[in-house]
Amino acid sequence: MKVNGENVALEKTLDLSGFLVLRGFDEKLVAVERNGEIVPRGSFADVVLKADDVLEILHFVGGG
Amino acid sequence: MTSDEDALMLGEQAFRSRFILGSGKFSSEMMRTVLEHSGAEIATLAVRRANAGGAENILDSFPPGIRLLPNTSGARSAEEAVRIAKLARELGCGDFVKVEVIGDSKYLLPDNTETVRATEMLVDEGFVVLPYMYPDLYAARALARAGATAVMPLGAPIGSNRGLLTADFIRILVEEIDLPIIVDAGIGRPSEACAAMEMGCAAVMANTAIATAGDVAAMADAFRLAIAAGRAAYRAGLGRKLEKGAEASSPLTGFLER
Amino acid sequence: MSHWTDRAPYLKTMQTIESGILDEVLGRVAAYDYSAYGEREVRAALAKDRIGIADFAALLSPAAEAFLEPMAAKARLETRKHFGNAVALFTPLYLANHCVNGCVYCGFHHDNDIRRARLGGNEIVRELDAIAETGLEDILLLTGETRKESSVEYIGEAVKLAAERFHLVGIEVYPLNVDEYAYMHACGADYVCVFQETYDPVRYAEVHTLGPKRVFSYRFDALERALMGGMRTVNFGALLGLADFRKDAFAVGLHAHFLQRKYPKGEMAISIPRLRPYINNATENSRDVHEPQLLQVMLAYRLFMPFAGMTVSTRERAGFRDNVIGLCATKISAGVSVGIGGHGQDEEGDGQFEISDPRGVPEVNAAIKARGLQPVYIDYVRV
Repeated sequence: MKVNGENVALEKTLDLSGFLVLRGFDEKLVAVERNGEIVPRGSFADVVLKADDVLEILHFVGGG
Repeated sequence: MTSDEDALMLGEQAFRSRFILGSGKFSSEMMRTVLEHSGAEIATLAVRRANAGGAENILDSFPPGIRLLPNTSGARSAEEAVRIAKLARELGCGDFVKVEVIGDSKYLLPDNTETVRATEMLVDEGFVVLPYMYPDLYAARALARAGATAVMPLGAPIGSNRGLLTADFIRILVEEIDLPIIVDAGIGRPSEACAAMEMGCAAVMANTAIATAGDVAAMADAFRLAIAAGRAAYRAGLGRKLEKGAEASSPLTGFLER
Repeated sequence: MSHWTDRAPYLKTMQTIESGILDEVLGRVAAYDYSAYGEREVRAALAKDRIGIADFAALLSPAAEAFLEPMAAKARLETRKHFGNAVALFTPLYLANHCVNGCVYCGFHHDNDIRRARLGGNEIVRELDAIAETGLEDILLLTGETRKESSVEYIGEAVKLAAERFHLVGIEVYPLNVDEYAYMHACGADYVCVFQETYDPVRYAEVHTLGPKRVFSYRFDALERALMGGMRTVNFGALLGLADFRKDAFAVGLHAHFLQRKYPKGEMAISIPRLRPYINNATENSRDVHEPQLLQVMLAYRLFMPFAGMTVSTRERAGFRDNVIGLCATKISAGVSVGIGGHGQDEEGDGQFEISDPRGVPEVNAAIKARGLQPVYIDYVRV
């Protein structure tokens, strides 16, 4: 997979929610775009990741 | 009229403060202090890639009641701005968005053409859109037509602290555009924020000016007071300047048959 | 559809458009109490760089009459800023004086026993050629208000003939629909004059006793329709003295102001006619508007709308006209005949009003130059 521009190997079958936890993200604080589509925040657990997925994981930072 | 009635209306929401605070370049703790001292009820923030391991949550810096205004910084086209705005909405802080499309990495000036397009698309998607723009009358009209809630012209290049270099053009927008005009970018001193408000701008946004001040909290106070003073002066109606000596000329109206 | 201001129903031929400007203007005019403004407000207005609606209201108030000289000084600066030394020259050509309206102040009143006439194609050519001989490049074509004798086709043909000989063609005819204005524009017309006469609907009904002109709102919306039809310039006017001239002048300014905001491309122009005696209206008089009041209105227009063109009528004497150009007026007529014909041939029909400045083009040209101003015959190139 490509996650935030970096290659990440998908070693086992995972849903998005599980992946975020595994990688140390707080699900409540991020928005995820998968292959160009926003994944609704309530449904991270319904999305089973594929090896060729492109993920963008975003959050708020300070900015003017 | 009491000052309570002089609310800044953005969309359906009324604000007492006319100071919009940019949240860049502050720590979380500093952010809370600055918000308190500035009296700001609106704060901007940006959307970026999250790092694994999760840093501190910036949303914890904002007390309830602060309206968050995500920007689309990083967008170089209308489509990118729309994408960022949707992600921001997904992060759960409402429908407000400050559209910011910058296609020039050297001067960081906003691209008005793309900004108008982004505004059209985001209004269609139900956003409350506050576009950051270069103060051009035609672009401002196009933004108004597109359904923008306010127009945010720059006072000077972003982060430059150079003040109201575009004052004459912002004044035209104040006169001609029936939307709140919010000066964004370039304001470096409280006196400049005050001048923008005297001119009839609806609000002022500042970030760098405060973040880079010697005493951040005291500067936030200074901005709050300056913005309130400028607003009060605008509402009071400015007095006349004393003429520098009369022009010597024969009466212009002596020809009248009375 | 009809508006509360209308004293006659819309005719089937009359188009309606979506516009809030009429209600906006009349609402503000109704609320305008000029006695509430004093020296303080007038001084404050004069000190400003940009004159807003409240300042305009102050400058039209009786309190501002004592400030004509400083108003004139400020107006002259604005006029110079926006128009430089240029003073545009034009002349009107009356094509026909048949009219179905009854306007108590007008010589063309339907019931007046005057000589009625309409110029035919050859006569129009003769008149236009004679006027073109004088060097003028801007012509205003006028008719009385009737679709019968002066049909859209008739006026359109006259515009085409005029456009072949002049750089700039205006029309002052009955209010038209958007498609008809677009047609006139295609024929070569660039500017449209429709004067509301008075913005007081009650007074309007009293002095317009007959005809389609009684549909106040259709006339009011005409200039907006003209802009929608592609016209470049629209020309407003209240016939000062017909009603409360301060309120009417306030209305003209607001009408132009809101139309300019809605159609920023359009150019706004203002005329400032005031009542002069006519054969049938001995009871109507212009006592209200003497020269100082007339000048006050003109100066207030200039300060509120520094960008607007302003035409000074031949109803005014030469001494007045020569002094207001450069000060606030930007356009002046010359070689005027208000009868039907009278340029290339003898007058066939009687005139609309009496003129007070009979000078021809060379004399007016010389008068402009004598004041250090520049007579301008072609203001822009039509493309």
